[in-house]
Amino acid sequence: MQRCGVIICRYSTVYDPNEKTFDKILIANRGEIACRVIKTCKKMGIKTVAVHSDVDSSAVHVKMADEAVCVGPAPTSKSYLNMDAIMNAIKQTGAQAVHPGYGFLSENKEFAKRLEAEGVTFIGPDTHAIQAMGDKIESKLIAKAAKVNTIPGFDGVVKDAEEAVKIAGEIGYPVMIKASAGGGGKGMRIAWNDEETREGFRFSSQEAASSFGDDRLLIEKFIDNPRHIEIQVLADKHGNALWLNERECSIQRRNQKVVEEAPSTFLDPDTRRAMGEQAVSLAKAVKYSSAGTVEFLVDTKKNFYFLEMNTRLQVEHPITECITGLDLVQQMILIAKGYKLQQKQSDIPINGWAIESRVYAEDPYKSFGLPSIGRLSQYQEPLDLPNVRVDSGIQEGSDISIYYDPMISKLVTYGKTREEALKKMEEALDNYVIRGVTHNIPLLREIIVHPRFVSGDISTKFLPEVYPDGFKGHMLTAGERRELLATAAALYVAAQLRSQKFLGDLRVSIVPAESRQWELCVELDQGVHMLGVSRSGNNYTVEIDGEKVEVSGEWNLASALLPITINGKHRNLQFKLRVLSKLAAYLSKHMPEKIPEDTSSILRSPMPGSVVAVSVKPGDNVAEGQEICVIEAMKMQNSMTAAKTAKVKSVHCKAGDTVGEGDLLVELE
Amino acid sequence: MATYTLMRSSLGLLHGLKCSFKSVGQIPYTGVLTQSKVLQNARCYSVSHLSVQERIEKKRKAALTGGGQLRIAAQHKRGKLTARERLELLLDPDSFVEYDMFVEHRCSDFGMEADHNKYPGDSVVTGQGRINGRLVYVFSQDFTVFGGSLSGAHAQKVCKIMDQAMMVGAPVIGLNDSGGARIQEGVESLAGYADIFLRNVMASGVVPQISLIMGPCAGGAVYSPALTDFTFMVKDTSYLFITGPDVVKSVTNEDVTQEELGGAKTHTTVSGVAHRAFENDIDALLNLRDFFNFLPLSNKDPAPVTECHDPRDRLVPGLDTIVPFESTKAYDMLDIVHGIVDEREFFEIMPNYAKNIVVGFARMNGRTVGIVGNQPKVASGCLDINSSVKGARFVRFCDAFNIPIITFVDVPGFLPGTAQEYGGIIRHGAKLLYAFAEATVPKITVITRKAYGGAYDVMSSKHLRGDVNYAWPSAEVAVMGAKGAVQIIFRGKENQAEAEAEYVEKFANPFPAAVRGFVDDIIQPSTTRKRICRDLEVLASKKQTNPWKKHANIPL
Repeated sequence: MQRCGVIICRYSTVYDPNEKTFDKILIANRGEIACRVIKTCKKMGIKTVAVHSDVDSSAVHVKMADEAVCVGPAPTSKSYLNMDAIMNAIKQTGAQAVHPGYGFLSENKEFAKRLEAEGVTFIGPDTHAIQAMGDKIESKLIAKAAKVNTIPGFDGVVKDAEEAVKIAGEIGYPVMIKASAGGGGKGMRIAWNDEETREGFRFSSQEAASSFGDDRLLIEKFIDNPRHIEIQVLADKHGNALWLNERECSIQRRNQKVVEEAPSTFLDPDTRRAMGEQAVSLAKAVKYSSAGTVEFLVDTKKNFYFLEMNTRLQVEHPITECITGLDLVQQMILIAKGYKLQQKQSDIPINGWAIESRVYAEDPYKSFGLPSIGRLSQYQEPLDLPNVRVDSGIQEGSDISIYYDPMISKLVTYGKTREEALKKMEEALDNYVIRGVTHNIPLLREIIVHPRFVSGDISTKFLPEVYPDGFKGHMLTAGERRELLATAAALYVAAQLRSQKFLGDLRVSIVPAESRQWELCVELDQGVHMLGVSRSGNNYTVEIDGEKVEVSGEWNLASALLPITINGKHRNLQFKLRVLSKLAAYLSKHMPEKIPEDTSSILRSPMPGSVVAVSVKPGDNVAEGQEICVIEAMKMQNSMTAAKTAKVKSVHCKAGDTVGEGDLLVELE
Repeated sequence: MATYTLMRSSLGLLHGLKCSFKSVGQIPYTGVLTQSKVLQNARCYSVSHLSVQERIEKKRKAALTGGGQLRIAAQHKRGKLTARERLELLLDPDSFVEYDMFVEHRCSDFGMEADHNKYPGDSVVTGQGRINGRLVYVFSQDFTVFGGSLSGAHAQKVCKIMDQAMMVGAPVIGLNDSGGARIQEGVESLAGYADIFLRNVMASGVVPQISLIMGPCAGGAVYSPALTDFTFMVKDTSYLFITGPDVVKSVTNEDVTQEELGGAKTHTTVSGVAHRAFENDIDALLNLRDFFNFLPLSNKDPAPVTECHDPRDRLVPGLDTIVPFESTKAYDMLDIVHGIVDEREFFEIMPNYAKNIVVGFARMNGRTVGIVGNQPKVASGCLDINSSVKGARFVRFCDAFNIPIITFVDVPGFLPGTAQEYGGIIRHGAKLLYAFAEATVPKITVITRKAYGGAYDVMSSKHLRGDVNYAWPSAEVAVMGAKGAVQIIFRGKENQAEAEAEYVEKFANPFPAAVRGFVDDIIQPSTTRKRICRDLEVLASKKQTNPWKKHANIPL
């Protein structure tokens, strides 16, 4: 019950359970955001109703809520997007208001309308604002009228790929093709030439259709190397609006945010105010109420352009809460009930610095993160550290399935300064234990210590620029390598010694090996290192290339985290090492090489997902790079291409199939 | 003082590290092994003018080289280690005590009496040593001497250590790498095999016997491993068959490769002859060391208890949600096993054969336990011929060697069908029933979900002297599933759905079994580890004996 942790870094907000809002709120969402909303409801003395799909029936948000209603089977279109079922749940439970979270029905005007018709309060803006801001074309026109800086582009729906190419030519490359109804980076493609425009148009319209049920696309000038900075706004139903400062969300992969911080290192007070004021004037122009976010692209000269307005609570809202001390969910509920904003603009502080890392179940070594699924066999959040907040909706034993977003949690750290917050983030990531699924902590850990990130020199292209050949993992320094090797060697010896410890009365006595010295070989990154280890008590001295490293610790071999002291200091790394006795390593040269499967003629699914289309059949001739099939996972479409020119031998999947990571899709001859 | 934290791999400490430490380049090694290097041509000597002391030295040196450098090189080229290298890896450093280094074969036919055909020690290295300090008897067949073929002398050496192992009460490990009988010796070789077989049978249930097949093992030779408790194989370099591909072709006209006929994959997935396969010699030997730590030395010893860092009262929150609400939906029994045992370490036996049942060794608060679990992920976890036999043999091993048995039950019943009936599911299913019923070691049973019909009785039920039987709240102990039951009880009744709901309400829960005392308690899944550890402490002094009999008569 308690696992879904929202340990808020300093809300200054007062929760008065007698302040009349709602008796019961239904949360039309799942995962961490549902837990997040429930948490505040509990503090405000409001009863909560969770909705869930059948596979989510034992999910954390379901257990946290006072009541829960199943709204359908696993696919989101049949459950969390199933308005009829959710409307029934509302009637059945007598909920007076609905908090939509983010995603799903949060920006769906139909849903808001239906609630209104039933006399149920939608905790969010009214339908007019959702509609106006939800449509990228309309929102741009409104923004222009409200004197908000906008990006040059085509203010209409693009009919087909050829028209896209024509418009792109007029605006000038590069251009951005994106779904009119979109958000969250889905259905978005960048094109640098005519060919890419055609391809991008096709993919985006498919993705848009599957994600939003609306394949309308638009095109605009692509601002190269920009920062993504957004302004949080809060507006009530009485025409008052505030801007709660910015969030810097430039660290992105495939247009999805990975690391966010508040405030931004880049903004000066004047720019911040200018952006804040434009954001507020846009909010007022659409008679906005509730929490909302106005996204801007900011170029290197601090010119900023309106991107879009998200008429919902953002994923990354916690960092704003950390620096302003406001509970945004509470504010949304109060506003929805019709309360006036208590604060004035001058009351909104920037207290300290907050950083958020999105911890995903994905493989960071494949295009900075391809979804991974599985069961969290071990899961331990670093909540024992001060100034760390983890928003999650899962616990040990939870399944990360192909049906939903692969986000595991949002890890937020707070400090008086950015440096302090970063240091805390390092520590928190190092103490986070996730087993059973591949996760992106190695990448997050690298980003937050990268000199460019630390100095604040970032843009939305940070990842591809810093890792042009993809993320390869942490590059060890000579010192780190030594320490890692020494730790592995000491750990190996500790484990070896333990395996000689038999308890109880023994009929045949034990004759333990009398070693005080061990000669070991450790393999790390293809290299083999010879080490000498000697021990006294729990302290090990490891000799590597003539240098001595002292390692000591408790050596609790059952614990996932092992606190060890090495010559003083240091940190946590996850590496694959192999330790062998010198003898075993010496004899390894005789072991036969296992021939790996020839992968050029075999196409395997790089991730779990479903097959959208298969474009070949057995006997077809395919050229290298030709599309063979398309796999959709977590609403992203991935084109699988042939690794060589060959004839198709066999096809092992068909459209609509669900495939797991590593499943054979197509064999070539 | 700052701290250094290190992530521990989820499957055992540094465990994955052992497999395929491939071509690590030049590792200088100056241990015992290099002794053999000086002996390049040690076999060309004349004995007449040497003192006894010198002759001892010469013989010892010759014994260490086995069949000579050329054959050693050939052995290495096949990706195999020599008999002595293997022992060196298997045993603790400097712990090997060799027997019968001077034994030579006694054959005088076909020119075998010639000096150059005599090898001190003949084609097997025997003796005793230590694995993690614990005593073990070993023999390691030397393929470099007459292809490891079995001579009378070879058999005699093996018998000697087996006899002593029985008297002392310590396990026997055989490293098999032999072309078969020593043809030159004829019937003497056959007699040798039989002598070993007899000792395998006599030692069965007295001391654990383990065979590791590290090369060919064909013809009559296969029956020694078959009689031992566990047979492990090395992938790609080991074979087990009665007759090779050539004979198969001439008799049945089947075209089959050695690998297909008797390779590690065949025996660990299709035939069930071998219990596990490893990547290569080193991987196999290092894993065997780990495996050995689970076993008691003999049937007179209790299951070993090692130092344990995993708290005995650790809660496992993930188990509260592991069983899906829909009773038709599968989950992985291994997730439950890993969650409950010490440090998630589970040495699975036969992981790729009859996967609808999971068996293997683990520890609970340091004490070795045998785990048996139905696997809902494969064939709904039903019992069929292969899974019954797999489970029965494992249960009997545990019972013979005082290893407590923990059984996780989610079984919809026995698999129906002509294939099963014609194959003798009645006879084979009875084996598992028999094994659980006769076992007198501590028996703890956890019903996680379905326990239907006869299969409920079989799976270490209270009625078969289960010591502690638990049910999770998701347990359904019933004669059969709701649909089938309703068709019988309410035959012809109009409203079948209503009847079904009534049946589910009545029987698809743990209460019918709990009110009758057939389960001792209904427990929260997350507390399972805590409960089992506590029960094992209590049951450690359990004493139970079956009636006197010459031997029991298990339905074979």
